[in-house]
Amino acid sequence: MQFQFAQQGLTWHDTYFLAEGLLNTIQLAASATAVGTIGGVVLGWVRTVSVTARVATTPIVDILRSVPMIIQLILANSFLSIMGFSTSPFIFGTVALGAWMSAVTAEVVRAGLLSVPSHYRKSARSLGMNRLQELVHISFPLAFRTALAPWINLVLSLIKDSALAGVIGYVEYMRATQTLITRTHETWILLLGAGLLYFIICYPVSKYSRRLERKIAV
Amino acid sequence: MIEIRSVRKTFGPLEVLKGISLDVNKGELLCLLGASGSGKSTLLQCINGLEPIQGGEIVVDGVSVHDSKTNINTLRRKLGIVFQQYNAFPHLTALENVALAPRVVAKRGRAEARALAQKHLDHVGLGSKAGSLPSRMSGGQQQRLAIARALAMEPSYMLFDEVTSALDPELVGEVLETMRLLKGEGMTMVVVTHDIGFARESADRVAFLHQGEVCEIGTAADLIDNPQKSQTQKFLRRERQVPLAAVERTVA
Amino acid sequence: MNGYHFYWSMVWPSLPLMLAGAWVTIQLTFLAFIIGTLIALPMAVARQEGEGWAYRFATAWVELARNTPAVFQLFVFYFGFGALHINIPSYTAVLISVSFNNAGYMTEIFRGGLSAIPRQQLSAARSLGMNSLQGFLHVIFPQMFKVIFLAYITQGIWGMLNTSLGMLVGLQDLTGATQYAQSVSFRTFEFFIVAAGMYYLIAKGLQFSALVAFRLMYRS
Repeated sequence: MQFQFAQQGLTWHDTYFLAEGLLNTIQLAASATAVGTIGGVVLGWVRTVSVTARVATTPIVDILRSVPMIIQLILANSFLSIMGFSTSPFIFGTVALGAWMSAVTAEVVRAGLLSVPSHYRKSARSLGMNRLQELVHISFPLAFRTALAPWINLVLSLIKDSALAGVIGYVEYMRATQTLITRTHETWILLLGAGLLYFIICYPVSKYSRRLERKIAV
Repeated sequence: MIEIRSVRKTFGPLEVLKGISLDVNKGELLCLLGASGSGKSTLLQCINGLEPIQGGEIVVDGVSVHDSKTNINTLRRKLGIVFQQYNAFPHLTALENVALAPRVVAKRGRAEARALAQKHLDHVGLGSKAGSLPSRMSGGQQQRLAIARALAMEPSYMLFDEVTSALDPELVGEVLETMRLLKGEGMTMVVVTHDIGFARESADRVAFLHQGEVCEIGTAADLIDNPQKSQTQKFLRRERQVPLAAVERTVA
Repeated sequence: MNGYHFYWSMVWPSLPLMLAGAWVTIQLTFLAFIIGTLIALPMAVARQEGEGWAYRFATAWVELARNTPAVFQLFVFYFGFGALHINIPSYTAVLISVSFNNAGYMTEIFRGGLSAIPRQQLSAARSLGMNSLQGFLHVIFPQMFKVIFLAYITQGIWGMLNTSLGMLVGLQDLTGATQYAQSVSFRTFEFFIVAAGMYYLIAKGLQFSALVAFRLMYRS
């Protein structure tokens, strides 16, 4: 048995480590997307309903888009820890990324709802539908078609930003890569793997979303 | 009966309706004529409560439209409205367009609503287009679809807001045909239009609106053949001249 | 709250350090913005061509910049070149990577603007005696900037957000300085709230200056 602590090369065991990192990336991205999309749809709708609501919520949306994600992650970490809500980096990451996702999704949803020609809504209301029925059957289906492609873009941005969650101790793929680089100094192979991973996720999806946008347009 | 009593409406600082009074009797076809900005489309949208009013009252079959205690969704089932454009819901087929409100508002069953929808589509001559999306239909067919959709809720009154103004000339005829069909069946109709010919031959009464007020009102024959007020005369002369002048220009 | 007290007073002594960090952030933001723009302008034109070596190069740059995380791009320049025994200081690494990222996104933003300008504009300019370069500088680009100004400035703000990654490679930008400052007292929350506020102010300042610049340039 060789005791060699410094400069260990890459082993097969490391692929498991990376695979775990990948799994963590997917988990975090999925949960933050879920939280952020639901929050964003509600917030986006609220922001179309009244000017007061819009003015009241604009500061928070603005702040979430003007502060670096690293800081948002650190703040979620420290604040939730202080309040005693949690000690899990997964939760911190979901909160920070989810809050950001809500803010940016809200703007996309709002734009989508505003893009629905008012005559469609007037026709629906004139047929006797109440506000909720009109929203469900007319506004949201039409807004969805406009908002889908931009939303997919946001999800891809979220996946890329998840690479920062390592700063609060969440071992997602980028953090796993960084750890291995420090230990093994196999910098280029590991970086190439990381770059390839994100590229393989993002590039086809963004190309497809453009095709999708054309397919579902009315 | 629709009673419009001294209705005033403003858009910000602009007063669009300056105390309009008008009655619509059961079974009649009332045409509203007037220049752009005279308030005719606005008035129509006030009748079914899409626009709020700042003064006066509109009463439909004894129910005040703008009273806060009125259930506007129930009232709207009596009033069908068709707009100039963007009528047919683009993401639903013709059948789904017509069946939606009966299912969702009148709470009919899915199969019942679809059968009802097919019947109304057949009625306006679109029976074969039931499975088509509006994007695959001509402008005239889309307008007829909107008429069928409004009729499916079995309204007592139909409101038409310049429904042929955005159509290519050759598609106008089929829509007017449908409207004449409705009149023949006894529907009470309020029609905002630029089409003097249609007003003359199909309307019972015609009201000429000028700058937010009823300038002149009378039977179709009286108002169009023998306008009394100078604004009415000027308007009719202008409207009738335009097509003639256009023809002269193309010939020359 | 479980008996936690917010000690805001602990932040004040470190304010000079954080302000120095903010200055680094502002420098990097501006430099990366300008460098990104200068690279993106010819790349956008190349992308419009639709074919050729310049087009392929620009496309590769754009797709790489937009489909990988900014932190990955930073690590490539910092750790990657370090592994080749080319040791780039963290300031330079952040500058290069944020410029790279800016250039990629800006190329697409510019391309959107260029496609809104009729092709005849360039022909018209050339018929007045300008060569292609003058045509672009005096006729095409001014119109393009007017069209895409909002998206362009927004990208500049994102560039500012990306400079915060410098903390991960030891740079004393606003984030890095804040991290260092709070590591003594571990008043993480208080320090980073102040840092967040400073980023917000810088972003607002950038947006305001951009608005003023826009008004000045396009007075008519």
